[in-house]
Amino acid sequence: MAMPAAAVERIDEWNVDEKQIGLWTDAWRRFRRNRLAVLGATIVIILILVAVLAPLLVQLGILQNPLKQDVANIEVGPFQAGHPLGSDELGRDTLSRLLYGSRISLSVGILVQGIILPIGLAIGLAAGYAGGRIDNILMRFTDIWYAFPDLLFVLVVVSVFSPSLLTIFGAIALVNWVGLARLVRGQVLSIKEKEFIEAARSSGSSPFKLVVKHLLPNSLGPIIVTVTFGIPQAIFLEAVLSFLGVGIQPPTPTWGQMVFDGYQAVYANPTSVVFPALAIGFTLLAFSFMGDGLRDALDPRMRR
Amino acid sequence: MQAAKPATPVVPKMDPVILRVENVYKHFPIAGFGGLAVRAVDGVSLEIRRGEAMGLVGESGCGKSTLARLITALTPVTAGKITFEGEEISSFRGTRLRRVRRKMQMIFQDPFASLDPRMTVGDIIAEPLDNFHMGSGDERHSRVQQLLRLVGLNPNFTNRYPHEFSGGQRQRIGIARALAVNPSFIVCDEAVSALDVSIQAQIINLLQDLQREFNLTYLFIAHDLAVVRHLSDRIAVMYLGKVVETADRTDIYDRPQHPYTKALLSSIPVPDPAVEY
Amino acid sequence: MAQTLLQVEDLHTQFKTSRGVVRAVDGVNLHIDVGETLGVVGESGCGKTMTALSILRLLPDPGKIVSGRILFRGKDVTKMDDEEIRDFRGNDVSMIFQDPMTSLNPVTKVGRQIEEAMTAHNRFTSEQAKTRVIELLKRVRVPAPERRVNDYPHQFSGGMRQRAMIAMGLANEPALLIADEPTTALDVTVQAQIIQLMKQLNRELGTAMMLITHNMALVASLCQRVVVMYAGRIVEEGPVEQIFRSPQHPYTWSLLRSVPRVDELLKDRLVSIKGLPPDLSRLPPGCKFHPRCPFVVSRCKVEEPGLDEVAANQVARCWVLMRNVPEEQVAAAKGLVISREAAQILKEPTGDAGS
Repeated sequence: MAMPAAAVERIDEWNVDEKQIGLWTDAWRRFRRNRLAVLGATIVIILILVAVLAPLLVQLGILQNPLKQDVANIEVGPFQAGHPLGSDELGRDTLSRLLYGSRISLSVGILVQGIILPIGLAIGLAAGYAGGRIDNILMRFTDIWYAFPDLLFVLVVVSVFSPSLLTIFGAIALVNWVGLARLVRGQVLSIKEKEFIEAARSSGSSPFKLVVKHLLPNSLGPIIVTVTFGIPQAIFLEAVLSFLGVGIQPPTPTWGQMVFDGYQAVYANPTSVVFPALAIGFTLLAFSFMGDGLRDALDPRMRR
Repeated sequence: MQAAKPATPVVPKMDPVILRVENVYKHFPIAGFGGLAVRAVDGVSLEIRRGEAMGLVGESGCGKSTLARLITALTPVTAGKITFEGEEISSFRGTRLRRVRRKMQMIFQDPFASLDPRMTVGDIIAEPLDNFHMGSGDERHSRVQQLLRLVGLNPNFTNRYPHEFSGGQRQRIGIARALAVNPSFIVCDEAVSALDVSIQAQIINLLQDLQREFNLTYLFIAHDLAVVRHLSDRIAVMYLGKVVETADRTDIYDRPQHPYTKALLSSIPVPDPAVEY
Repeated sequence: MAQTLLQVEDLHTQFKTSRGVVRAVDGVNLHIDVGETLGVVGESGCGKTMTALSILRLLPDPGKIVSGRILFRGKDVTKMDDEEIRDFRGNDVSMIFQDPMTSLNPVTKVGRQIEEAMTAHNRFTSEQAKTRVIELLKRVRVPAPERRVNDYPHQFSGGMRQRAMIAMGLANEPALLIADEPTTALDVTVQAQIIQLMKQLNRELGTAMMLITHNMALVASLCQRVVVMYAGRIVEEGPVEQIFRSPQHPYTWSLLRSVPRVDELLKDRLVSIKGLPPDLSRLPPGCKFHPRCPFVVSRCKVEEPGLDEVAANQVARCWVLMRNVPEEQVAAAKGLVISREAAQILKEPTGDAGS
């Protein structure tokens, strides 16, 4: 293509910043400024680190073996006989049980979201983009699913299929995908009519490309936030299951189990219920702060 | 020794009319009211000749934006035919339709909403090239830079995001995108309405230059008769879903026939204090 | 001698942002007399809206009036306390905004909203307000006002909504009505009606008006005096006929020249102002317009001109001034803009289009 005969005006004066401020960089900056969010994120990172490193710590002797029953020191209080947080009714070290329990909690929380994400995305994107009958059918299906009482459903599934880690993942995921699907659909609906989508269509983009290259990246913000908030929800649900006795079976320590055991021994050893309860509470709080911070940081309205 | 003369290929005579809109209707049914519908486009016929710039004016609600979307097949017609370069595109779907888009592009009104905020400027301009599998990665990159230069922007800014640019610059990016695949026909849907007066002038001049250089055909849609006058050879006036008058640009301004055209013309404020508004 | 109603003295309004201090209003002096219509013209980002918001002390965060005085009938608005300012707003000075759809409460009936404007200032009782609303709607030429008071904003067309806004603005008989781009969101035919209406109201009620717009043509229809703003400061001011006939500041001149017009012979190219409006947090030295000025000289790049008198009642902020620019330079800047048809008619040689 030749240059046009009449000189096209060059805009040489650039009032654009020298530094490129990408959208993610901007979000990161905003996140950093929110102290609660940073605190939450830090706690989450520490939790993950600790959960991953727990077996190593046991090998190195820093942490006691959570299954080892120290019969001589049953139900001792904190800082006694080498048990920093005390021991339970079988003499097992509370601290190490807590740390091992975090492995279960975090893996449930994160992996469940990992299952929910593709399901929710697929249904939400399809319903939102296709509209019409497909949308109708998918949404009615979603509504029916939503009508099932969560806890009951999970209890039934787990009871029928025996409480292993896999069935628990599956059960919790099956119950919780609805929220994400609805959210994704809502996002798609609101973005679908924007001019840049029309522009992409007029540039010849196929529907698949529209969904993957345009609709999805522009919906990421709320999706990330929902997934982040979904983690503590799943953790809590698992704790409830364990508390009710239909979660992961002993001797693998889980926080819910520890609360149940501790609650039964609350008069003899009050701290043994406090610690796991605090662990659950703090974890939930940390994820919530982080989620709040992410939501604010990713809010597109804050741009300029 | 004379080489054998190659047989002269028969060049089919190109139809001077590049776009034909025949009795097109677009009705949006109002839910819950039985047969009632919003008659956005109510029986419009017009022809656009190759190489000409056709202006389409009307106020809000007259149906010009809907007509633009019918012509570019972003919305299906309720009735009627739209023929582009000899093909009846109003009946095309899917891949067939997408192929047509290579020759017909659109520039949108809102410079802030017509560029995907999550894509770099380079990707935005290259998207049509990608869709039609034109050129390799490197070739596309140099084409994008060439296009940026063409519209008067710094070719090094392919990695920037739309929010880093002003409204006028974003419109230029939109123009670069529309030109990427060498279309023959461009629909400008209120392409300058959202811009400041001095920037409007820049973009109007740019569009004029590009048309001359690449022999483009334009459908220029606006609500401002004065702006349209600059770019158009012929002008159609729309009111309530119908075209009420079509004429050459001098005729429309000097000898308007339809009362609505006259009303439009007399409503334009003239920057001269001596003239009674 | 005309009585001064509003006097803005050396107003400075700034926004502290992460990119630096944005000097939205940078030393603005203006005045409006009783019953006068003043036009404030400039493109987006020039500070005209911020000036208006400063007058009413309605600046959005993080905007602040850092210095200057705003005297309304002698009283300094910047020093008013909360009660005084509430009394002042909507009563002595009211404002109507660009997009009537977003300025009206969508869930309240229109009549009720106008009533509230009146009862909020305790100037009318509820019953008086109710009757006055109908009168006001009549005055702004809303048909069938008795029925219309019970409608919601979405039941009004764009033009009618703007009329309702004007009615609300006039409800308490303010001495000054500030209109910020009142017709930008409206169709051309409706725009014409609204401007007519404002002219009539100015004549009938004697309300002073400040029309903020980027559309020079509207100013020509409605205003007696005009002020041109650029980069937060005033670059030219004077009576409307004078400014339109002989603008002295190159920006004013360029603005007038870049508007496509229906009443003139068609030009080949519009005069556009090269470059972009400036970043208010990073202004160039010297004259703020110099990077885009077609008649710039070296002095412009280092020293900022003051607002000097260039003719009776006309001031401009420029070292050069249009009347001192030689004809050839002006013609070159216009790009010698005669089309071929016009050249035929005028029997003049066509020039070369383009820079």
